[in-house]
Amino acid sequence: MPPSIRRIGRFFTAHLDFPLLGAIVLLMATGLIVLYSASNASLARVSSQMMNMLVALGVMWVFANIPPHYLMRLSVPVYVVGLLLLLGVALFGEVVNGARRWLHVGVTRIQPSEIMKIAAPLMLAWYFDRYEATLRLKNYIFGAVLLIVPVAFIARQPDLGTAVLIFASGCYVLFLAGLSWRVIGGLGLAAGASLPLVWSVLHDYQRQRILTLLDPSQDPLGAGYHTIQSTIAVGSGGLAGKGWLSGSQTHLDFIPERTTDFIFAVFSEEFGLIGIGILLLLLLLVIGRAAAITSNAPTLFSRLMAGAITLTFFTYAFVNMGMVSGILPVVGVPLPLVSYGGTSLVTICLGFGILMSIHTHKKLIQT
Amino acid sequence: MSELLINPGVEMRDAQHELHHFRLRLGIATMFVIVMFALLFVRFMYLQIVMHDHYHTLAEANRISILPIVPNRGIIVDRNGVVLAHNYSAYTLEVTPSKVEDLESTIEEISTLVEITPRDRRRFKKLLEESKRFESLPIRTRLTDEEIARFAANRYRFPGIDVRARLFRQYPQGELFSHVIGHIGRINQKDLEKLENEGRDSNYRGTDYIGKTGLEYTYEDQLHGTTGVEQVEVDSGGRAVRSLSRTSPISGSNLVLKLDARLQEVVSRAFGDRRGALVAIEPETGGVLAFVSKPGFDPNLFVDGIDPQNWNELNTSPDKPMVNRALAGTYPPGSTFKPFMALAALTYGKRTPGQAISDPGFYNFGGHHFRDDKPGGHGLVDMYKSIVVSCDTYYYQLANDLGIDAISRFMGQLGFGSRTGIDLAGESAGVLPSQEWKMRRFKQKWYAGETISIGIGQGYNSYTPLQLALATATVANNGVMFRPHIVNYVEEVHTRQRSLIEPKPIRDLNLKPEHVAVIKNAMVGVNREGTSARAFAGAPYTNAGKTGTAQVVGLKGEKYVESRVAERFRDHALFIAYAPADRPTIALAVIVENSGFGARAAAPIARQVFDYWLTGKEPTKPVKDDDDAPEH
Repeated sequence: MPPSIRRIGRFFTAHLDFPLLGAIVLLMATGLIVLYSASNASLARVSSQMMNMLVALGVMWVFANIPPHYLMRLSVPVYVVGLLLLLGVALFGEVVNGARRWLHVGVTRIQPSEIMKIAAPLMLAWYFDRYEATLRLKNYIFGAVLLIVPVAFIARQPDLGTAVLIFASGCYVLFLAGLSWRVIGGLGLAAGASLPLVWSVLHDYQRQRILTLLDPSQDPLGAGYHTIQSTIAVGSGGLAGKGWLSGSQTHLDFIPERTTDFIFAVFSEEFGLIGIGILLLLLLLVIGRAAAITSNAPTLFSRLMAGAITLTFFTYAFVNMGMVSGILPVVGVPLPLVSYGGTSLVTICLGFGILMSIHTHKKLIQT
Repeated sequence: MSELLINPGVEMRDAQHELHHFRLRLGIATMFVIVMFALLFVRFMYLQIVMHDHYHTLAEANRISILPIVPNRGIIVDRNGVVLAHNYSAYTLEVTPSKVEDLESTIEEISTLVEITPRDRRRFKKLLEESKRFESLPIRTRLTDEEIARFAANRYRFPGIDVRARLFRQYPQGELFSHVIGHIGRINQKDLEKLENEGRDSNYRGTDYIGKTGLEYTYEDQLHGTTGVEQVEVDSGGRAVRSLSRTSPISGSNLVLKLDARLQEVVSRAFGDRRGALVAIEPETGGVLAFVSKPGFDPNLFVDGIDPQNWNELNTSPDKPMVNRALAGTYPPGSTFKPFMALAALTYGKRTPGQAISDPGFYNFGGHHFRDDKPGGHGLVDMYKSIVVSCDTYYYQLANDLGIDAISRFMGQLGFGSRTGIDLAGESAGVLPSQEWKMRRFKQKWYAGETISIGIGQGYNSYTPLQLALATATVANNGVMFRPHIVNYVEEVHTRQRSLIEPKPIRDLNLKPEHVAVIKNAMVGVNREGTSARAFAGAPYTNAGKTGTAQVVGLKGEKYVESRVAERFRDHALFIAYAPADRPTIALAVIVENSGFGARAAAPIARQVFDYWLTGKEPTKPVKDDDDAPEH
């Protein structure tokens, strides 16, 4: 190979982590296969998702090439802008399906909560890195405030799914930043005690979803319908599944939102417990590789950021699968890398791009 | 850099210790991830292994729906294959009320696309009141192609409203057969309960209509057929996606009648606008050749539920078009009773044919004068003459001699006072008076004086035109009585297998041939030289008959003067007849309400019927009342 080509090749691959990329691509491929079935063999849908994936991988490559310290510098501005946009949504946002999530910015409209998925852990990681040497309880309290403010905005939209994900990502940062076990225990107790309060501020439909989770048959055609039909799909899949393109629940339109939030129900119906086992292993592979990168990250910022991205990815997957299997309430969380849809795909790949950047720029820092 | 200055201990902290601490936390988090995934996997094992059968069943139940396939209802044709009831396929606009939020405004909106007349609306409202809310109800039938296209383009705007192809029942002969064929109608709560009680409801899944009256009702079982079943896969919207298995329905059998549609029409035309009934029977089989009750109504009105306006009209009309006069109307037989009285006298040995009485124009019983129509009487009257001139005095005396019990016994044998068993529902038994009957009915004993007017077919006597026709046919058939039946045979559609409605002899009266001959001879005399001679003048076949007049109101000793009596209180004209006299192929009874004497209005109708039946001559105009015909 001529050196120039090798150089170009290196330009493209230098900051990629191939084990992680391989696992990601495998999950994406799984997603396309399931999507083909879930969309009733719609090649248009599959190719549109492939476009989404290419864009997401492009974003991943770009962020993999941004050195972590540049990213660190962006932390505060991105967080502040994100917060302002959330404020803008609360004041001028566009109501779609009863939730105020979108904001018109010139020609396009954006969903600022999506930015916060990255901006919140980024801000917290920056903050703890900044005060690394003198971390006290007050720093954790301030960190918690930095987290709670955007989460509260998003929960008010209401977008419980995203709020939970962002809140979780922030908690991971707090946890990895060394929040003392005593405080964690105390918070746990306090959280348990404040459940009635949380209940009182939930929207009716959110309460309904939680109640429905406890007894889906209460409202079989309303809020319980999703849960009932998706557990039927999962349960009827059995050990080996009904086979690709052969899920009756899927193809007879019983599974709602079967290409997006409930694509895992389609997967479970058609590929059964064996398929689920394999998919869980693939997810663990991604998480394991990401955890390894996290473990070897050079700075506190990069460690915290990498840890948050890793665990948020897990949270996505867990909440989605928990929802499909009927042990968690129905919140709009897609199965990462598998569900149809560009936005979350890009956000997740952006996160993995940061992970790769952290991993591949480490040597540069060390040398 | 400034930070370093402010916090000089930063670099001093044990980086290695920090990293270790971080990795511990990360390890805990990773363990947490693994444990949570393991929990998820356990949950999936529970769903997919432990509960698999349960969810498998649920998924199948989701998937498979069993749809009934409604069989085609059998058609009804007359003896020559003329269609009397058939099905046609048409598109209807149907509304499922439970799926429509605001019925009024939806109907209003839809009427901009498809014409919905006020009549449709009224009919729909009535259907709505009678049905359950989840049923699909037709609001418009027989949509044109254009209307279907227009609706289809706007269908998304109307959830709960659909176009369906349906088979409709149609009665091409309309009024002509309303009382024979009857009609079908939507299955109502009462029908449903009946079907459930008889365990037939499963065969009616998917069927909306059931026979309500007439043959449609009597032969419901045969006409309906067997409902087929299709297992289909349905999607979450309940739409059938594909068929899994199918058991074809078995079409209902066709009915081929003994009735002759042309003859029926001849009768109907002969009646014109007059009210009344005519039943014509083939004496040798009991097969009914014509069965008319006038006026009739259009049975097609009932098929999709009748609208309240038409319903009220039919119900409140003084002509009572809904009453099946031939089957359920009972009339005193008047003088048509006399041949049967004479036959009873011969059979019981109370009279010989030649035994004559002298008729002074009245019969005295217990100081009461029973009047004859002819002032001064008919002179010397034997049995032949008593029938030909319809002498009342002869029969007053005869009735008294026979006594009520003997009359009742003999007339009961001839079928009077009991249901004939014809294949139509709603038959009246009429009233055959007897001592026992009066005790039962009025808790009073019978007075011998009451027997007298029974002799001339008045008094408590009250029979249906069908009974009168059957008795006439029985005499014509020398005393062997066959159960009257309208259907000749039932034909299975696919196998073409015919099951004949066998002529069923009800009984043989064991009449002496010489007795029957006397009566028959006298009845021939009636048409030749007696009361109905004018009506039958010049007939190219032998024939026999007897006129009669049934009193509508009792006239206490006054002479009946027709012109003085309001139309509705005028007497009913009756006539019984058969032909050809030597080997009868048709026997009939006809009643024309409020038409006065039998010879005037009823006999000419019989003449037209015989003319058509025996010579094929079709009259074109209603018969005119023969005002010069003799009384009785």
